[in-house]
This record gives sequence, structure tokens and C-alpha cells, in this order.
Amino acid sequence: MTHNPLPADSIEAVTSGLASAGYIASKQIATAIYLAERIEKPILVEGPAGVGKTELAKALAAWRGLRMIRMQCYEGLDEAKALYEWKYAKQLLYTQILKDKLGEVLGGADTLAAALDKLHDFGDVFFSKEFVEPRPLLQALEQPKGCVLLVDEIDKSDAEFESLLLEILSDYQVSIPELGTVVASVKPIVILTSNGERDLSDALKRRCLHLHIGFPEQKLEERIVESRVPGISLTLRSQLVGFINQVRALDLKKLPSVSETIDWARVLVLLQSSELDHETVKDTLNVLLKYEADIETTLPQVTTFVAKAGRQGVFG
Amino acid sequence: MRQELHRFFRAARGAGVRVSPAESIDAMKAVADVGFADRAILRDTLLLTLAKSEEEKQALGDCFDLFFSQPAVKEETAPEDAAENKNAESGPNEMEQGGDAGAPAPELGDLAQMLLSRDRNAIAAAMAAAANAASLSDIRYFTQRGIFSTRILEQLGIERLRDDLDALTATNPADAERLAAALEALRENVRDVVNQALLLYGREESENLRHEILRNAPLARLERRQVEQMKALIRAIARRLRERYSKPRKRQRRGHLDLRRTLRRNAAWGSVPFLISWKRRHRDRPKIVALCDVSGSVAQVSDFFLLLIHSLHEVVDDVRSFAFSGHLIEVSDILDKKTPEEAMSEIMSKVGFGSSDYGGSLVDFEKDFINTVTPKTTVIVLGDARTNNLDPRADILRTISERSKRLVWLNPEGRMAWGWGDSEMPRYGAFCSVVRQCATAKQLERAVSDIVAAYQ
Repeated sequence: MTHNPLPADSIEAVTSGLASAGYIASKQIATAIYLAERIEKPILVEGPAGVGKTELAKALAAWRGLRMIRMQCYEGLDEAKALYEWKYAKQLLYTQILKDKLGEVLGGADTLAAALDKLHDFGDVFFSKEFVEPRPLLQALEQPKGCVLLVDEIDKSDAEFESLLLEILSDYQVSIPELGTVVASVKPIVILTSNGERDLSDALKRRCLHLHIGFPEQKLEERIVESRVPGISLTLRSQLVGFINQVRALDLKKLPSVSETIDWARVLVLLQSSELDHETVKDTLNVLLKYEADIETTLPQVTTFVAKAGRQGVFG
Repeated sequence: MRQELHRFFRAARGAGVRVSPAESIDAMKAVADVGFADRAILRDTLLLTLAKSEEEKQALGDCFDLFFSQPAVKEETAPEDAAENKNAESGPNEMEQGGDAGAPAPELGDLAQMLLSRDRNAIAAAMAAAANAASLSDIRYFTQRGIFSTRILEQLGIERLRDDLDALTATNPADAERLAAALEALRENVRDVVNQALLLYGREESENLRHEILRNAPLARLERRQVEQMKALIRAIARRLRERYSKPRKRQRRGHLDLRRTLRRNAAWGSVPFLISWKRRHRDRPKIVALCDVSGSVAQVSDFFLLLIHSLHEVVDDVRSFAFSGHLIEVSDILDKKTPEEAMSEIMSKVGFGSSDYGGSLVDFEKDFINTVTPKTTVIVLGDARTNNLDPRADILRTISERSKRLVWLNPEGRMAWGWGDSEMPRYGAFCSVVRQCATAKQLERAVSDIVAAYQ
């Protein structure tokens, strides 16, 4: 996990790099990361909750040894919280403290116009870098070694905020009226995530690589469980993943995603079960499913699912 | 290869994926990086850079598979093959001779030689070049298939081939027969190539044309196979309306100071007002009460209307739907919980297909549901206002009109028919804010769009 400023030279290198940070990536994901570094574009990651969108950014930062700057979006997020803010209190305080000094400086002037000229000579002292409070987006541009900027759940923010992001996403720069344009010294790797709660604007989508992470295939999910829950036995692992895949075929309010799989695997390991039986499943179903109605739908099917998953475990 | 990519972008546009020039530049850059060696990676790369949503990814993936699977060059017809096999059995030498027999005839054209020597790669290459020269990627409509086939064949040198064939028939009938069969195979090949091109590049245009026809077709008289397409169209309309209206527009009314917010925001620096807040006027989302006639001829239109209204969740705050013919029931729950098909059949089984009684249905509405109408509600009535000469009870409509923000009447019949026979449209129309005809998908879209826009 050393700092590596050069982009990875192959897609396989990305896969193994992410694996070293504990993230098992599918080929699409690895390709997306590889391309994002090569053609320097942000990635827009969409997909259901809990399939590892945020985790991808974390793993990328860990592998690259870069700082991760996270920006959680919410309704009402604005420039002052996302980009930069003037430190008004500090400005106010400084004017108070410097009052006497100002008197001295301006003392030599006879007329108001002369005083004004003198004041102009000092420039915009109070609107300089000292008084800018950088918020996540500006911070990301100012990192000397580059960073991973995670704009999380962009679909939760307002449409106006999206437009604010456009300048950063396409040119990696921010315009501050009083200071001019801040350009990134090292271009950050930008990852945006969205749960698809609302459609994002075309302008935003155009500037990004669009990556959709769905539920992983059975084999991949088994590998993910293996890497995240080390103590789990082989049979339990394949049974568990098989079971969850069957649950996903049901018509549920909230389908269990990878994060639930991992949680459930941890619970089962804690309960020291070595294979799936329907009693334990019934007792721990609330880890997997988050709605009472969903649990009710699933309960009658548990026995069949367990049996099927068991068979898969034997033959697969 | 760049050419190839450009043609792929055009095909992608045909498949309904919007590829802007900037995106195509990105895609080119990305492809230059990953190379063409691995088709799976190339596919992923193009999907990442060009597609912008899950559906687009699907469409683009299909398009990719189609684009990079050129139709295989066909063998000549079977009996000829059998003959060829016999030759092969009798010995490779003879086969060589057979090949030589075609080759030493220097008077034959390139195409004839190519066909006789069965050089498949050369034929494929020549065909691709000819397709390019005939600018096959400009094909738009299925009616152009003939002309493009002819053009490609001309580019390949069919004229010369015909002369050769005539000459050969006189001198070497066996070869002539072979050549004739090969020509037939070639024609078939060209036809395949043109068909595939049409599939790739023509989709956009023909799809547009079909949509345009569908949008203007009367909803009440659709054929069964058109109903499915219409549903897809209605969903597309719903998506468009959602995109347009789902963002709550904040209209700023500068000039009115919001004192409370200003003080609160500036509390950090002793309430010296650095940041000033202005009063804002928030626009409400539409509240809709829909009364739909589901009797006889209006049923189909009501179907589509309800489908549209209920797929506008993001845009519309609150929809209460009522269906009536002889009497009136509320159907919001059915529509929300079930799939459109199930919901429609359930509604129809409950109230549908009777003879309509507007007066009775309005009485039902007034009795049980008049409270759903508030000054913020838009009431939409969809029906032909044909009362079967029963009491129209226009007075109830007047009450509804007075209680609501707007009362919109959508009538599937043309304006000419209003007021004729048992139509009470003029009498009802007096109490409506708007009366409009609504017989096609286009009119339906415009009507709903106007209703939603009134709240913006």
C-alpha cells in the first residue's frame, strides 16, 4: 500500500490492487477504475444500497495510499458547505484588532481620497487565502499528493448542487470570485455514488464514466464473503450465498445486498454454525431482511431454500 | 479502426443511446488505452463511456454484439458442395486442378476469380469495402434495402461478372454453373449485410416514424398488438414528464426580507447581517382527483390515462382515482398496489363496460368523496359525457368546480360531436376551467403536461 502516483498499467493490476485492500472487484469495476485513472474522468457509480459503492472508494484510497475526502450529500447542501466559506468571525476579529494599526497607516493621509488610495495599496487583505475555510471539494483540489474524492449519494442533493459540481468534474478547478481560479495541483480521483433516487442531469452524466454495480454473481459473492469474513467454513459460505441468491428472486421491498450478506455471515460465524439449517435461518432472518413484511414473505420458503442451497453446496 | 468506431457510434444512436461528440471523444481515448485485443474489455469500455443508465447499457450491449458479429460469408449451395466433396475425396491433386482451372483464365474479372477460388476472406473484405463505398451506414428505411443491395453489388463488379458468366457458359459450362451458384450465394450475403445494417442504423428512424404514427393514433381504436407498444410509449411519456417536472421549482421572490432566517443565519457573528435571506415562495406539487369513465368506448383511453397519471409519483403529490360507468368507486389502491394489467382487469370487472350514468356517478362522488376536493386540487374528468339521456346532474359538477383549483374535462370525442345526441358536453363544459379533446397519446401528453405545469 505505497503511494503510487502513476496509473495502473493493466486492468489486472487494478483488480489485484483492490484485492490487496480487501475489495474483490468484478471485471467491469476494475475496467472502470483503470479507465478513470487513464483518461482522468470521474466515475459515477449507481446501484442498489449496500453493494459496495462507497467501499470501492475506500478500497481505492487504501490501495493507492491516498487520503480519502468524503462529501456526504443531503438536501439543502450548498456552496458554503461543499466548496468554501469565508471565515467571517476571523475577518471581524482581525478588523477589530487592526483598528489602531489602520489608524496609524491612514493617519498620514490628509483627505478622504488619499486615505482611500492608501487603503487600496494594501489590497484585499481580508479576502485572501488566510480567510478561506476550505470545504471538502476545495480541500480535494488542494491536496499536494492527490486524493480520492468521494461524493456520496449525489442523488440526495438538490439539482442546483449538481450544477456546482460540473466545473470540478470537467476541469478539476473551482472559481472563487475574490481569489480567482483554484486549479488542482494533482488531479483527484473522483467517485460519485447514487442510489438512483432521482435521475441525475445529463450534463453531470456526460462528464462521468457510468458504472452500474448490481448484485454480484454467486462465485464473486463467495469470494467477497471469504475475504471479509475470514473464519467462515467453505460449506457455510456457499450455502449462505446460494440462499441469499434465492431470496433475491423473491418480490421484496428491500432485497438483501452484499453488506447484508457479510453481516449475516458474521452473525452465523459468531453463532458457530458450520452449515445452514432452517432453525438458525429463521432466528437470524432479521439480519438479512429489514422489513417485517419481507420477513413474512420469506419465512414460509426458508425450508425449501435451505434444502436447495444445501444441494448446491454439495454439487457446486 | 477509427472508422469502425465512428460507425459504431452511429449504430449506438440508432439503438437509442444518445452519444454526444464529447462522449465519442472520450470513448475514443479510452479505447486507444485498452486496445481492441480483448472484446469483453472493449465492450465494458464502451458501455462505461457511452451508456448513461441501466437501460442504455442493455441497449448498447445488444448493439455491440450485433455490430461486431458480421454475418458469416455463406458457402455456395449444397449440391455444389457435395460435388466439391466428391472432388476432394478423389484426391487433393484434382482439387488443385479444379482451382487452377478457374485461375488460368485471365480474361475473368476479379470478382469471378475470387468467387471461383473461394477465397472467403477476400470476399468478405471486398464486401466490406463495397459496403463502405456504397455508404451503407446511411440506410434508414426498409424500403431502401433493394437500392443498397444493388449499389453494393455494383461496387463489387457484378457487371463484369455477368459478362464473365456469359463467356464461361459458352466455353466452360461446369465452371459457369459453379460461378452462377457462387453468385447466388453472394447475393444472399449482400442481402444479409444490408439487413444487418438496417437493423443497426435504421432503427432510430423507423422507430421514430412508428412512434409518430402511434402518438397520433386514436387510443380508443388500437389493435391488440399496438396496445403493448402504446403502453411502452405511455411509459416514455411519463418518464419525460417526470424529468421535466420532478424538480420542485423554488421561485425566489426577492424584495421581501425573511427576518427570522436572516437573524438565525448571522447569529455566528453577532447578528451583523452578512448573509441576507429572502422570502421564498414554494410551489406545491399537484394534487389530482381523477374521475374516469370506464364504459364502452372510453375504457381504453381511461386505461392509458390512469396508467400515465399513476406513473407520475415523483411529480404529483397525491392522486385519488375514481372509475365509474353505472356507479362510481375509488380505484387508487388497486392502481398503486397491482401491476397495470391486473389493476385494469380488476377495475373493469368491478365497474367496467356498463352503460354510463354520469348523474348517478356524480351523486356517488358527492356522497362519499367530495372531501377529497380541496382548493389545491385539480379535478380531471375523463369521459365522453354521453349520459344515455339520464339526468346529467350538472349542479354537482358545479359544486366540484367551486371547491377545486381547476376542473379539467378530457373528452375522447372530437369537438364536432359534442352536444350531439345524448352528449351533455356543453352543459358540463360551462363549469370546467378547460375542456379539451383527448383521443391520442399526443393529446394525452399535452393535457397532463398542462395540468402539471399549472402548479410550477
